[in-house]
Formats: sequence, C-alpha cells, structure tokens
Amino acid sequence: MKKGVLLHDAADDVGVAAMDLKVGEEVEAVTLEGKLVAQVKLFEDVPLGHKVAMRDMASEKHILEYGRAIGYAVAPIAAGEHVHVHNIQSLRWAASKSKVLEH
Amino acid sequence: MATYKEIPLTGYRRDNGRVGIRNHVLIISVDDISNAAVEGVTRLIRGTMALPHPYGRLQFGADLNLTFNTLIGTGMNPNVAAVVVIGIEPNWTDYIVSAIAKTGKPAIGFSIERSGDLKTIEKASWKAKEFVHYASELPRVPIDWKEIWVSTKCGESDTTSGLASNPTVGRVFERLEKNGNTLIFGETTEVTGAEDKIMEQCATPEVAAQFKAAFDNYQELVESQGVSLLGTQPTEGNIRGGLSTIEEKALGNVEKMGRCTVASFLQPAEAPRGPGLHFMDSSSAAAEMVTLCCAAGAVLHLFTTGQGNIIGNPVEPVIKLSANPLTVATMSEHIDVDISGLLRFEYNLDGAADRTMEMMSHTINGRLTCAETLRHDEFVLTKLYRSA
Repeated sequence: MKKGVLLHDAADDVGVAAMDLKVGEEVEAVTLEGKLVAQVKLFEDVPLGHKVAMRDMASEKHILEYGRAIGYAVAPIAAGEHVHVHNIQSLRWAASKSKVLEH
Repeated sequence: MATYKEIPLTGYRRDNGRVGIRNHVLIISVDDISNAAVEGVTRLIRGTMALPHPYGRLQFGADLNLTFNTLIGTGMNPNVAAVVVIGIEPNWTDYIVSAIAKTGKPAIGFSIERSGDLKTIEKASWKAKEFVHYASELPRVPIDWKEIWVSTKCGESDTTSGLASNPTVGRVFERLEKNGNTLIFGETTEVTGAEDKIMEQCATPEVAAQFKAAFDNYQELVESQGVSLLGTQPTEGNIRGGLSTIEEKALGNVEKMGRCTVASFLQPAEAPRGPGLHFMDSSSAAAEMVTLCCAAGAVLHLFTTGQGNIIGNPVEPVIKLSANPLTVATMSEHIDVDISGLLRFEYNLDGAADRTMEMMSHTINGRLTCAETLRHDEFVLTKLYRSA
C-alpha cells in the first residue's frame, strides 16, 4: 500500500495529505520519522497539505495535531474525511465568543 | 554516518573569540543623510559593503536605542572583519564606533559636518582600502560546529512549512542544542495559538514570564489599533493551502524550535549570553527579523518558506529551505535546500536534517547562498514608533 499521509505525532487525530489524495484510495499514514502508524481509506478527495481524519470523532471533540488541540469539531467527523474549516473551528475563536466546551 | 559530519569546517576567528563565516568590510550609515557618502565609498573601494538605511535622525527613547543597537550589533557580528562608520555629526558616530571597537576589530568613524560628502568620502575611502587589505589577509582556520550561532524564521508559509520544512529546522536545532550551539528564534507576532507550547519549553518560570509579557504587550498593541487577529488568521491563502485555525498555523511555525529548551528571552537585537535556544522579541516581517538576529550575533540563518519568500541579509547568509514541490520548481534560483522529497517519502526527518546540515557546512566554508548570489541584501531596521 502506498504512503500518503504524514503525522506530526503518532497519536494525532488528523494527518496531512503528502499528495493529492482521491476518494476511495487506501493509504498508509506514517510519522515524520518514517514509522507506520495506520492505514486510512479516503472518504472524499483531500488535496496536498490538507488534513485527513484518522478516526471517527464526535462533535465538540478537541482535534489533536502536533500532539496538541488545534480546534474542536463542529460536526461529527468520520475516519478518512477531509478536516478543514467546514468541520473544525479554533478554540481561541470559540473562547473569544465565550463558548464553553468539554474536552 | 551522515555526510555533513565528514566535512571539516573553517571560519574566521575574531579577537573576541567569536567565529564568523564571512569576512565583510562594512561601511555603515549612522543616519539616512549619510547614505550617499557610504555608497560613495563602496563605489570606490572593492571588497566593501554599504549598509544604508532610512532612519537615525530624531528618534528617541527605546526606538533610538534599538536603531543604534542594531547598527552596533551588525558591526560587531563576527561575519564582519572591519567597519567604517559615517554619520552627519561626530557624537553619535563615535558612540557607534567605540561600541563596535570593543570586539577588537578595526573600526573608525567619519562625520560629514565641517567636511562635506566629498572630503568625507575621500578620508573614509583611504581607511576602507586599508581595512580591505587587512581583511583579505585574514586566513580561514579550522572551527567547530558549536561555534556557529544560528537563527531561524519562516516566511510565505504554507502547509508544507508546518509539515516538513519547519520540523526539519526543529530537528537541526535539536542536534545543535545538544552540541552546545547558540540558537535564536522569535516572531512574537506569529506564535498566537502556540504561546502555551513555548512557555512549556522555557527553562525557568522567569523566562516564561518574560516571554508572556512580550507576547501580551504585542496583543495589546494589535487590539489598540482596532484590529482582531483572530478574524484575520489564518489568511485566505493559508486556508486554501489547508490550514484551518490560528492554533494550527502557530503550531506549525514553532515546529522550528523542535524539542529545544528556551534558555532565555532576548530583547530585539540583544546578544544571547550562553548556549542553547533563545527567544528574541521580534517582528515576523522577514527582513526585520533577520536583521535583528544578525545584530544579536547570529552568523547563519535558516529560513523556511512554502510559497517562496526571497529574503536575504547583507551580513548573515540566509539558507532557504522549501518542501513545496511547486516552489522548488518555479523559484529554484532562491531555494538552497529542496526537501520536497520528505513529502514523497524518499527520506524521513533525519534525512531532511542531514541534507540541511550538509548545505550549512558548505555555506559555513564559503559557498554563497542563493540570496547572496542574487544580491538580496535586505538590511531593515525595526521601528518601534514614529520619530520626533
């Protein structure tokens, strides 16, 4: 199976497409050190540099990348889905609007 | 063994013990109106480099100090062999000369009042010629990796920056920190969303508090201008590239620090007092930030770019890294280290760091960077507020 997704941290919820990935493709997700972490089947097209969900996530879950929260899910997200501004939002931005969130 | 380890390094050992990788004779303007004389000298004397700039008159307080500290720090930089300083009047000119002369390198000043440009150019050119003879006789000597002070900054970032080129610099910095090098990063204005991570990596609560105070100060400045960062970050271009939130953008930026400990907090242009990684309060404007790093004493800069920032610096060579396949193909004359192979899984992070350190070795030994060959000599002073 070809490698297609890079992970900053093995435990991250999202990986980054290292090339343009097409719906239905199955690719390996590896860390920057080159360690195989998982396989993921693309639920939709994800262009180079965009994020792919590594697992199913409930709405309001904090999304980990770089081993840290980069925002929270504003809708349920399935493994292999494109993760971007349509389904996640900044926690900073949320905090500025006084929205209370659970981890 | 990685190739870079087999390359012997050479440099210029200065009287104050610091090591330089270039051997410039600088002609520095104290102020805007002395630029013509400074450039007059460099037109006459081969082997000199002019540092003209638009400020130095009627500045006051911290803003004046920063301009002078930047000029002095640049003259003190070990990439500089000798310095001629030209200003309109003698007091400020002497102030800068005597600070630079503390390094032990030849430094002399000329003021234009009571001489005019032409006589000043003549007198300064005689000295500049003498300094060029002196500098061109200085030999390169064997040096150690740990004697190289390295700074870093990213620009025109995209997702390949956070994904590949910034972590590559992070890995290089982790190796250099272990080796005992002195390292500088900063960009107070670009770490919003990752300030917690920086604070966690600070050596002591005091360093973390100093960083946080500078960070908060910047946030207040932004808000005092009626601007909301949260509404503007990430930018439309960032979003097209795949960045979703301000936290994600900032975390990608601070990948450049790797797992290094932040040993101290530096004021703009302030020299580190020991080895390790130091955070310098600085703008994210590329030329301003690199100019401050150079003034703080860094002799080699690692600049990561996604979409292709083309910045250089007259005194501190800037090595450019990119992992964006389109940028390395369409702007190849600007990119020193192509690490797009990381995205094609041709090598891992250590492989990308090895490639970077190999290019650093050649650059230390005298290979000109892309920015040096293309005459990207951006010397840009950071202005804190308007002049009187």
